[in-house]
Amino acid sequence: MSKLSIPVRKFDAVIVGAGGSGLRAAIQLSEAGLKTAVLSKVFPTRSHTVAAQGGVSASLGNSEEDHWHWHMYDTVKGSDWLGDQDAIEYMCRKAPEVVVELEHFGMPFDRTDEGKIYQRPFGGHMSNFGEKPVRRACAAADRTGHAMLHALYQRNVRANTQFFVEWMALDLIRDESGQVLGVIALEMETGEVVAFHAKATVFATGGAGRIFYSSTNAFINTGDGLGMAARAGIALEDMEFWQFHPTGVAGAGVLITEGVRGEGGILRNSTNERFMERYAPNAKDLASRDVVSRAMVTEINEGRGCGPNKDFVLLDITHLDPATIMKRLPGIREISIQFAGIDPIKAPIPVVPTCHYQMGGVPTNYKGQVVSDNGTPVRGFYAAGEVACASVHGANRLGTNSLLDLLVFGKASGDTVIEDVRSGELGLKDLPANFADFTMTRLNRLNTQTGGANVNETRLELQRTMQKHCGVFRFKDMLVEGVAKILEIEKAVARTEIKDKSQVWNTARVEALELDNLIEVAKATMVSAEARKESRGAHVRDDAPDTAANPNGRDDVGWHKHTLWHRDGNQLKYKPVIMKPLSVESIALKTRSY
Amino acid sequence: MEDRQRLNRLRWRCTRRAMLEMDLLLGEFLDRVFPTLTPAQADSFVALADMEDLELWPLVNGSRECADPVQAEVLALLRTVRVK
Ligand SMILES: Cc1cc2nc3c(=O)[nH]c(=O)nc-3n(C[C@H](O)[C@H](O)[C@H](O)COP(=O)(O)OP(=O)(O)OC[C@H]3O[C@@H](n4cnc5c(N)ncnc54)[C@H](O)[C@@H]3O)c2cc1C
Repeated sequence: MSKLSIPVRKFDAVIVGAGGSGLRAAIQLSEAGLKTAVLSKVFPTRSHTVAAQGGVSASLGNSEEDHWHWHMYDTVKGSDWLGDQDAIEYMCRKAPEVVVELEHFGMPFDRTDEGKIYQRPFGGHMSNFGEKPVRRACAAADRTGHAMLHALYQRNVRANTQFFVEWMALDLIRDESGQVLGVIALEMETGEVVAFHAKATVFATGGAGRIFYSSTNAFINTGDGLGMAARAGIALEDMEFWQFHPTGVAGAGVLITEGVRGEGGILRNSTNERFMERYAPNAKDLASRDVVSRAMVTEINEGRGCGPNKDFVLLDITHLDPATIMKRLPGIREISIQFAGIDPIKAPIPVVPTCHYQMGGVPTNYKGQVVSDNGTPVRGFYAAGEVACASVHGANRLGTNSLLDLLVFGKASGDTVIEDVRSGELGLKDLPANFADFTMTRLNRLNTQTGGANVNETRLELQRTMQKHCGVFRFKDMLVEGVAKILEIEKAVARTEIKDKSQVWNTARVEALELDNLIEVAKATMVSAEARKESRGAHVRDDAPDTAANPNGRDDVGWHKHTLWHRDGNQLKYKPVIMKPLSVESIALKTRSY
Repeated sequence: MEDRQRLNRLRWRCTRRAMLEMDLLLGEFLDRVFPTLTPAQADSFVALADMEDLELWPLVNGSRECADPVQAEVLALLRTVRVK
């Protein structure tokens, strides 16, 4: 008998998260007849996937010649060779299939005159192994994520997936052998805490961009999956790698998609110069995100920023035909008017690099299985989407590869679950006697805390510390200091206090529980970043400069490896990058330049 | 449900949305403008907050017309919110 007993519900599979990856996984499971529960903090079609505007990549070759192998090359290069080449090959080869499947689910893609899926150019997408830009991004106007989520949701309704909406998963349940047996979750409407006991548990909880002060991510992205995994003794992989989007609206953080540059948008400094011509002569404004972000910050640092404080640059589309702007980028025009006070038909938009995407996450293989440090699967545990690290994005994600990641690995994780359940590999194992103790102790601590820390203030301090000490440019002393500061903030998080102790719709409690997750992500990020003494992809250190031996500061001898952060003692381990693809030759290490 | 519980639920639905834009806008509105609304306007705001972001956004920025007069009042107020 459990010491602290709570109600238990039984399923074949429980999926935490109803964004693109969770919904894609759920389709596989429900259509295969597995009894599947999907938990979400919000109604499924309010998940953050809605925010994706730019598109999803696939080498369909509808507008010009393209090939999955070129897509694979771009992804490996984009990842600064930190991506695992087996997973990257798998994703790029599967891309046309999952995109066409999505079309059959009812996704209203933009069309060419001949009725094929319209494809636009996008940062880092090149033909013939890096030769020249290619049109590979498939979009539904600038509402790709929204349209995708609706198509996937409708398909789930048809398949009778059971949704638990406005439920927050709190912790994983693991037994002594390490097998995952489900999650413990809180229903916001009643305050009831329930165990979801399942043969398979899939995490699809999205990213944790809210660890930064300036972020394009909605408030919901608090890294709950990462926090739950870390507390359950699962390592977090490559958490030092965060992509900063080059074009967040200065001030608000709101994102202006790369699609704007795909349609011809140009970045300019205070002298009106198209400065990307100097940094990336071939790809120019369409170079990879970290290259563009670094160029922008360099322009600003060297005094060529715009505005009274010279602290932003300009994204100019005033030379485009207003009809094109209205047709292809209507949402962007609206955002610019509301959050920058500027109509981009008439004047350029002020932009700065802003935290956007988490490359690291819960370590998985290309089948969507969560893996332990030595690569063996953690029984009963799967993950897909932004919470997972497969690792296809390595040190830097290519735009539109994330929506692709959701489709490919959402589907793959579902298929692997089906295989593992059907083969008898996974049964419904008994819950350990004390399965609820850890969570109930956590909740009880929060309910009885007196003289503790304020949740909002502590979160703000965490976010400011991450922004200042671990932003788009990183400095040795700031990182060392950052680690000490985050460990100090961790102590405050351990003694947060809420005044409201009620059960029904206690949002103060939920926000305190979200903060418990943010701190795990912040520690993993800061500690991993401090330790990695090179520059690679999105992790750029001032003390790892561009030299002949280490171009762009990348040190392959010392650092061509994945970081594994463990919560216990903030211990770091490392594992090799998988350089062997599934069927083609390895893409050998090379300097990354555009 | 008590008023406080109802308000908490509304806060969750205003600040855990799909898009950062809407978190910022509705969160700001809830704190600054919502307490001053008439009961009819308040009900109308709750209905607006229940919409999906990409349905609501065209109403907020005026690219889609709103037929309901009370809702039009609330949308006009929402448009006055400026996010720093
Ligand atoms: C502004 C913006 C634009 C983007 N544009 C593009 C683009 O054009 N192309 C592209 O490829 N990528 C883009 N991305 C990235 C991409 O949108 C995301 O990486 C992707 O949508 C994440 O999907 P997901 O399924 O992993 O998670 P999400 O869609 O974030 O869903 C997470 C789900 O988990 C649930 N959840 C979280 N925690 C809990 C918990 N504790 N309990 C219960 N449920 C929980 C949430 O309720 C939600 O349903 C963009 C990102 C942003 C921020």
